[in-house]
Amino acid sequence: MKKMFSNKKTLTNYITYAGVILLFVILQSMSAAGGLSSALKGQLVPVCAYVVMALSLNLTVGVLGELSLGHAGFMSVGAFAGAVAAAALKDVIPAGGLRLLVAMIVGALFAAIAGVIVGVPVLRLRGDYLAIVTLAFGEIIKSIVTNLYVGMDANGLHASFLNPTLHMEGGKIIINGPMGVSGIAKISSFLAGFLLIMVTLVIIFNLVNSRSGRAIMALRDNRIAAESVGINVTKYKLMAFVISAALAGAAGTLFAMGQNTVSASKFDFNTSILVLVFVVLGGLGRMWGSIIAAAALTVLPELLREFSEYRMLIYAIVLILVMLATNNPTFKNFFSKIFKRKGVKNHE
Amino acid sequence: MKKFVKIICMLTVLALALCCFAGCGAKKENTAIKIGGTGPLTGGAAIYGTAVYNAAKIAVEEINALGGIQFEVKYEDDTHDPEKAVNAYNSLKDWGMQVSLGSVTSKPAEATSTEANADNIFYLTPSGSSTNILGGVVNPLTGEVDIERKDNVFQMCFMDPNQGEASATYISEQKLGTKIAVIYKNDDVYSTGIYNSFKAKADALGLSIVSTTTFTEDTKTDFSVQVAAAKEAGADLVFLPMYYESAALILKEAKDTGYAPKFFGVDGMDGILTLDGFDTSLAEGVMLLTPFNADSEDEATKAFVAKYQEQFGDIPNQFAADTYDCVYAIYKALENGDALKNEDGTYNYNISASDLCDMLVEAFTAEGFTYSGLTGENMTWTVEGAVSKSPKGMVIQNGAYVGMD
Repeated sequence: MKKMFSNKKTLTNYITYAGVILLFVILQSMSAAGGLSSALKGQLVPVCAYVVMALSLNLTVGVLGELSLGHAGFMSVGAFAGAVAAAALKDVIPAGGLRLLVAMIVGALFAAIAGVIVGVPVLRLRGDYLAIVTLAFGEIIKSIVTNLYVGMDANGLHASFLNPTLHMEGGKIIINGPMGVSGIAKISSFLAGFLLIMVTLVIIFNLVNSRSGRAIMALRDNRIAAESVGINVTKYKLMAFVISAALAGAAGTLFAMGQNTVSASKFDFNTSILVLVFVVLGGLGRMWGSIIAAAALTVLPELLREFSEYRMLIYAIVLILVMLATNNPTFKNFFSKIFKRKGVKNHE
Repeated sequence: MKKFVKIICMLTVLALALCCFAGCGAKKENTAIKIGGTGPLTGGAAIYGTAVYNAAKIAVEEINALGGIQFEVKYEDDTHDPEKAVNAYNSLKDWGMQVSLGSVTSKPAEATSTEANADNIFYLTPSGSSTNILGGVVNPLTGEVDIERKDNVFQMCFMDPNQGEASATYISEQKLGTKIAVIYKNDDVYSTGIYNSFKAKADALGLSIVSTTTFTEDTKTDFSVQVAAAKEAGADLVFLPMYYESAALILKEAKDTGYAPKFFGVDGMDGILTLDGFDTSLAEGVMLLTPFNADSEDEATKAFVAKYQEQFGDIPNQFAADTYDCVYAIYKALENGDALKNEDGTYNYNISASDLCDMLVEAFTAEGFTYSGLTGENMTWTVEGAVSKSPKGMVIQNGAYVGMD
């Protein structure tokens, strides 16, 4: 036992897995027992999607060390590609769970392709420049999806850009330009969300602990030194970026398949920033922090509904206080002292 | 081990917070029928949500003052986002909502109407005009029904395609223009919905559309390009399927560049005369289709406008009028409350939302059920959910609406 957990990092990883499983079991059993309010029940799937978004962005920002402001763009690609896949496969795969899995893989694949297209030019830049360019790419993806029309009839899929006429014989429109996808058959479930979080954690932890992961972190810590020992900068940067994009795509599919309707305007700059807030609040490179921050900050505005008009003001104040509490040295010392004292007492 | 304790602590706190959130749902006896609705009470579209909420409050206050059946109204903020709208809808369900006034804007209404359909809660939206809210409407582009009819969902406003078709027919019949330019907001369901049906009808009627330009939420502050394109194409009528704030800027831009075609708007244009800082002379001669006229001599309208102005300081727009009508239509469908009266004269406030829904759906679609209110006379509803009122053509003369027929 001791040998297995000798590495502090490994221990944290196992605790994170355990924590997620624990939370899932608690919430799932509460949900089954009818102990959850409708408001919270409705949020279980979006929360899972945001958690995966935060985890995947943490890979870019925390592990790779590059600031990305266009992460919602990949979520958008995943959401729409996944929605098309799910709608197209409705008759082929009647089982919801399996169809969701296929849709997620398609969503992740398309998001990964978008990640490569965005990553190749963007990762040549550094720091602020990279951040601004990812922001621009996020907006480009939003514009493209806003003007995209996809439909399906007996002959297969039809797509058109800017022009809503799809030359179909009957059939159904799946993506209707600015109106997005309507009438989605909800196939996302909390279980699917939980499994996606677990898969995401497995991928990220294994990547970080691998040879490639160490190369990526070496690039973050000192690019010149890393290059001098022969680490291929483009390859490793792109690897982290594309994995991050693919996971965001899967999260997008999960999110879209849990909504009644999604449109491109949902995945705008604000959503990218929101996810970045989760990551920064949870701590760069700290995966369990991202999970807690994403879950707490998604649920918080709903908890604050009783404050009506002051809701978002209070949300902002809470955000500032939490940032201070987790990152200000004075606060940190204060909390660590409390924890230490408790620890001592427990041992006595 | 310290880290372990820390993480477990954080997780426990989170779980506890969630439990608190879940716990509060003790059943209490209702003292009124609970009516809920979601709308953008904050953010860019807040003027619509606030207008609707205000009007609902006025209607409920009036009905309660009659001393018969009592209503209670609650609105939750959805910030014009379908995801938040579903959250808001769910929290209203936790509050015990029995009847839903739906959502104010189209996209959120599309999401919440699906939820209400699954939960069987009666849903009457004052202003969500997209066809996807009702479902069961044939898509003109494919000739098929995209979304199945949600049989407990009804609208108080006209559906988007009706307005587009009515506008095209009107323009063609009255020979208002030979060369038509359209400017529409292509990331907006309302605007795009009207444009698509307008285009289809205009093509069928042989109207010539010489210029079509678009704008989005991000570019709605400058219209020089769109107006110049319309001018260049020699359009003598510009069709503006959009809300009044953007239309006001287009009118200004046209005036500044010395372009004076006829302007034709839809019900979103209503409110332009009361926009802060807007020079009403710019709107002179603008034609629009609207169900509601705040300057009307009609007694009920006058009383409503006076009350709204007294309480909230603004002139109500058509969103407010439609909401006022929604509450009264529900009141009327309940036979002024008699449908819920117990034998001892009290009211059955604890009726389940689902039972109430069945009752209301039956009442609304019943043969002979009509409702006359601020936005129309003798309105009826079919099982398809759309209201049978036709848009009225108005033209702005000397800063007031004048009916044109």
